[in-house]
Amino acid sequence: MSSSRRLTGAKPFFGIILPLYEERGQGVIKLMKEVFEILERDARTTVGQISTMTGIPLAEVEQAIKKAEEERAIVKYKTVIDWEKLGEEQVWALIEVRIQPQREVGFDAIAGHVYRFPQARSVYLVSGTYELAVLVCGKSMQEIAAFVAQKLAPLEGVQRTVTHFILKRYKEDGEILAEREEVRRLPLTL
Amino acid sequence: MPPVYPAQLQTRRNTTSYRASQISSSGIRKFFDLLSSMGEVVSLGVGEPDFVTPWHIREAAIYSLGRGDTMYTSNSGLLELRQEVASYLHQAYHLDYDPQVELIITAGVSEGLDLAMRAILDPGDEVILPDPAYVAYPPCILLAGGIPVPIPTRGENQFKLKAADIEARITDRTKAILIGYPSNPTGAVMSREELAQIAKLARKNNIMVVSDEIYAQLVYGIEHSCFASLPGMRENTILLGGFSKAYAMTGWRIGYAAARAEIIQVMTKIHQYTMLCAPIMAQMAAIEALKFGEADVQQMRQEYDRRRRVMVAGLNDIGMACFEPKGAFYTFPAVRGTGLTSEEFAEKLLVEEKVAVVPGTAFGECGEGHVRCCYATSLANIEQALERMSRFVDRHR
Repeated sequence: MSSSRRLTGAKPFFGIILPLYEERGQGVIKLMKEVFEILERDARTTVGQISTMTGIPLAEVEQAIKKAEEERAIVKYKTVIDWEKLGEEQVWALIEVRIQPQREVGFDAIAGHVYRFPQARSVYLVSGTYELAVLVCGKSMQEIAAFVAQKLAPLEGVQRTVTHFILKRYKEDGEILAEREEVRRLPLTL
Repeated sequence: MPPVYPAQLQTRRNTTSYRASQISSSGIRKFFDLLSSMGEVVSLGVGEPDFVTPWHIREAAIYSLGRGDTMYTSNSGLLELRQEVASYLHQAYHLDYDPQVELIITAGVSEGLDLAMRAILDPGDEVILPDPAYVAYPPCILLAGGIPVPIPTRGENQFKLKAADIEARITDRTKAILIGYPSNPTGAVMSREELAQIAKLARKNNIMVVSDEIYAQLVYGIEHSCFASLPGMRENTILLGGFSKAYAMTGWRIGYAAARAEIIQVMTKIHQYTMLCAPIMAQMAAIEALKFGEADVQQMRQEYDRRRRVMVAGLNDIGMACFEPKGAFYTFPAVRGTGLTSEEFAEKLLVEEKVAVVPGTAFGECGEGHVRCCYATSLANIEQALERMSRFVDRHR
């Protein structure tokens, strides 16, 4: 069992989906995984399209998605937007946070304090020279500086923060933002 | 026996050869020009992946260039690459080839095919091949002095080559059978049992089989059967394989041929004087592909598989009957319902709806009544193309 599972106590995904299809063997389970791979890549893919693409009957695709939504294996559906392109300025920072673990709850209590701030877009417990890696988004450097100085650093248990402002986003969540690799093919080849 | 040329050609000097005049230039030149002059076309007319070569493969090639690997290699190709190919063939099909003398690295399967034909054919030798088949097969046979003997295959039989049909066309000049499954243009595959029938015929009549297996790694829901792995066929098969399709490496021009030493030796002799060696950059990239590229192949195959299902379901929905192709990345739907010939269909579809497909007749007479639609393109493109084709088919019904 991985440490992240121990931390969150979450059931592994196939533990959720498995009972629905268990009697039909590993092949079906593997196929079911495809449903979620397709959705992860493009949340707008319809149930009908997924059914055609995988060969899994429509009702079964629906059932698996519903179950995964109920169990929050599908956390939410969202869109990747390049706000800069829309003319909206965004400032991102990666903040290293050193924290002191607390009796009984370890790092989780402080982490909970941090991740409840909407400014904290991602919060990770990491190994190495600091404990929490926090990705923060704001409208300006001042806004982020204020968040760190007034909210994050004064938290009880926080020993030190180091703020790295993000200068350029090259790739995010598997998508290259800087340039798109174009496929330049002849329109017709035999 | 020297070739018999028409009398008038023997009496005066021509600028270009009679042999070259026997082969027609690609039948779709006009179509290609028309296509090139139009913008905004959704093309299902492509014969290559829509992925660029996986980054780690490109990076390996860049590194080797940086290091100064810019020289000739051995005529047979880098030994390391031959060893990797040998180990791949062993793992995939339990086929053992000696990398020293039974493998040669070629500039794509195209060169491998040319070498194979020139290595085995004498003027007037006949080569049996399916119709429709990949466009280069008849010209390669003709340029090597041979005579193509196309065997009709039919849509109702999923364009499989039947041993009984081959048998009827075997003569004492039959030197080889040239097959390519999974098939470009039809996407057809042949089962091990069906191939075994052909193998039996080949053994009985002492006919060589040249098997173009460039699409071997792109099969869906089935295992590819390598012809050379059929009982007794290792010694009697020239196996052609390559990197273009599975690893998305078309422009690198890199492939290989495997056969018994006596044949590879002759192919190497021709290759040595005509190509010298395959480009070293491509050979370096191919080593990386074989060593670390399996996950990429799997990922691309899965992607093609999803698109294949969308394409096949979509074509059948709009009334373009299409069997389920189990390999390559082509569908070969029928256009008969429209009353148009393949060429008329392709041309009108391009002009009226700006969708490019390839007329089946580009691949042989038996391609009439069909068009080749490639699904190595984005789902959005496939859906757009299907929508336009649906309109088109409704209008011409």
